[in-house]
Amino acid sequence: MEQVLAAISDPVLAGFLAASVRLSVPILLVALGGMFSEKSGVLNIGLEGMMLIGCFVGFIVAYATGNLWLGVASAMIVGALAGLGLAWYAVTVGANQVVVGIAFNLLMLGVSAFFFRLAFGSGTAPPRITPFQPIDFEALGQVPIIGPLLFEHDRLTYLTVGLVIVAWLVMHRSTLGLSIKAVGEHPVAAETLGLNVIGIRYGAVMVSGALAGLGGAFLSTSATGLFLDNMTAGRGYIALAILILGRRHPFGIVAAALLFGAAEALQLRAQLLPIGVPLQFLIMLPYVLTIVVLAGFAQRSGAPAALGVPFRRQGE
Amino acid sequence: MNGAEAAMAFVERYLLPRSVLAGLVAVLLAFAAGAGLIALIGLDPVHAYASLFEASLGSSNGLAETAIRTVPLALCGIGIALAFRAGVFNVGAEGQLYIGGIAAAWAGTQLAGAPQALVLPAMAVAAAVAGALWSAIAGVLKQRFRADELITTIMLNYIAIYFVGYLLHGPLQDPASPLAQTVRLGAEARLPVVMPGSRLHAGILIVVVVAALAQVYLWRAVEGFRLRAVGQNARAALNAGINVRRMVWTGFLVCGALSGIAGFSEVAGVHRRMIENLSPGFGYTAIIVALLGQTNPIGVLAAAVLFAALQIGSTTMESAAGVPSALTTVIQALVVLFLIAQNALPRRKAKPAGAA
Repeated sequence: MEQVLAAISDPVLAGFLAASVRLSVPILLVALGGMFSEKSGVLNIGLEGMMLIGCFVGFIVAYATGNLWLGVASAMIVGALAGLGLAWYAVTVGANQVVVGIAFNLLMLGVSAFFFRLAFGSGTAPPRITPFQPIDFEALGQVPIIGPLLFEHDRLTYLTVGLVIVAWLVMHRSTLGLSIKAVGEHPVAAETLGLNVIGIRYGAVMVSGALAGLGGAFLSTSATGLFLDNMTAGRGYIALAILILGRRHPFGIVAAALLFGAAEALQLRAQLLPIGVPLQFLIMLPYVLTIVVLAGFAQRSGAPAALGVPFRRQGE
Repeated sequence: MNGAEAAMAFVERYLLPRSVLAGLVAVLLAFAAGAGLIALIGLDPVHAYASLFEASLGSSNGLAETAIRTVPLALCGIGIALAFRAGVFNVGAEGQLYIGGIAAAWAGTQLAGAPQALVLPAMAVAAAVAGALWSAIAGVLKQRFRADELITTIMLNYIAIYFVGYLLHGPLQDPASPLAQTVRLGAEARLPVVMPGSRLHAGILIVVVVAALAQVYLWRAVEGFRLRAVGQNARAALNAGINVRRMVWTGFLVCGALSGIAGFSEVAGVHRRMIENLSPGFGYTAIIVALLGQTNPIGVLAAAVLFAALQIGSTTMESAAGVPSALTTVIQALVVLFLIAQNALPRRKAKPAGAA
């Protein structure tokens, strides 16, 4: 009994659990955004870029104003605007959604690097902000397992929990959710029912942009307090895999994101241990896991029937 | 048909096909938007662009550097274009290039001292095979497990770069160097310089040959027709008796092999060894190059020259005019976005859909 108690209150385990949650939040937010877009039938390959621009805007606004929340809000707004742009291409123009997504990602990479260089030059020491700090729950934070999992985090993490619940209510307990799903499964039928297919898709992609922007802002304003070129490093694409593993359901996405967060936390800790596995193989872990997930679950993903197919109004 | 329409029809048919015109318009608009961005930050766009093109096209050395940069962009771009034509969204050229580069360096060190006529082809073949095998991982994942190649190839890019990093810090590291790089290749393992007084190497000749072969393959060979048919409508191609899986495999393997050869050319022509940061994103820029070239090998080559000039000039633009070199990334992305946006314009007659 004493051994069990010692094991579960072990500081290494506590650190691992807390890190797993912390590392899962950004990809969770981006995947949650992707859910809205994909459920409405629009493939949002641009999540990576929206996340990156959110990361950058969150940082630079927080840096300039000293207000982290202003940074977070700006990141969401810019993310939503990027979503608006992508929606114009994907919905109005009816362009290939993969090509548009790739182009948007490159655009965001260029824009963020351009303005970052402009603002800070190419000095050696990267500028820093003081990130969000964990809320001190005192005794609750000391509870084994539960403490590090639930009570060692900052406000942005708890906001994320709230957003997951809101997303679930919208998708599974509201007529709006039904409408989004109808538009993604069978847009022609949805239009016959009087639904505004175009409007719903625009809205869904903008929401996905806002959430991806928030996920990016988490990286800069909570996880690190700094911004680096291409800081998202493929997390927007990993979020697409999380979406498939989580079966495009908010709670499934939480579970899938926690798995990826745990993998990242594990490799970061393993780097410090003398286990003889080369550093590069540890860093690969999340990317390998993404491939494994895609190979194992892509066939049973239950993607919306009209995913990626542009919609033309009847009679046009 | 009145005179103006006839003239337009003539121009479109013989001088500037609509696809070329669309590409030129997109490039001009992207440069205009870039100029707007430069003006927005209070700098002089004319001075910036002048210094950019002066550096990349204004001297024989600049032209040589632009040609050197064209090699990997065109090789990867043609590979990606052929994959896109087969309906394969292989965006893994970056990783395939790294794998090709390390394979070439490995072959070159193994065969050290052998005659050049043996070493260079062996390196190229090793790079092509390694790149194709790396791409085949995504091929198996798609054909066998239906995993989307867009995401798997991007993940494989990260994995390839870290894997090469491991090799360069471990088994293949030059024992005499603290840096993560292989030993320096001997003279027999280097691509010859084709322009005296510059660094321009024979890789540019490989590019010209590859572009010509790819163009003939795509538009003059039965196999190329099958490839395009699968990309345009896989179901119809299947019904027409075309082996769809085979053509999809072609898309994966050709892209991997050409990107691998791009890695070989960087190792044997430029760095003379494998280094950790072999590519500043050639494989990603090549996606844009393939799209701007309308997935047409000759068009891709032209687009590669343009983007090579843009990249070569960008560092000079940054030092001379103070404009961050990331502007070139912005312009590249805008080229594609302006290209696709033209689909929103009303048109007189339907144009056959490309891969994009």
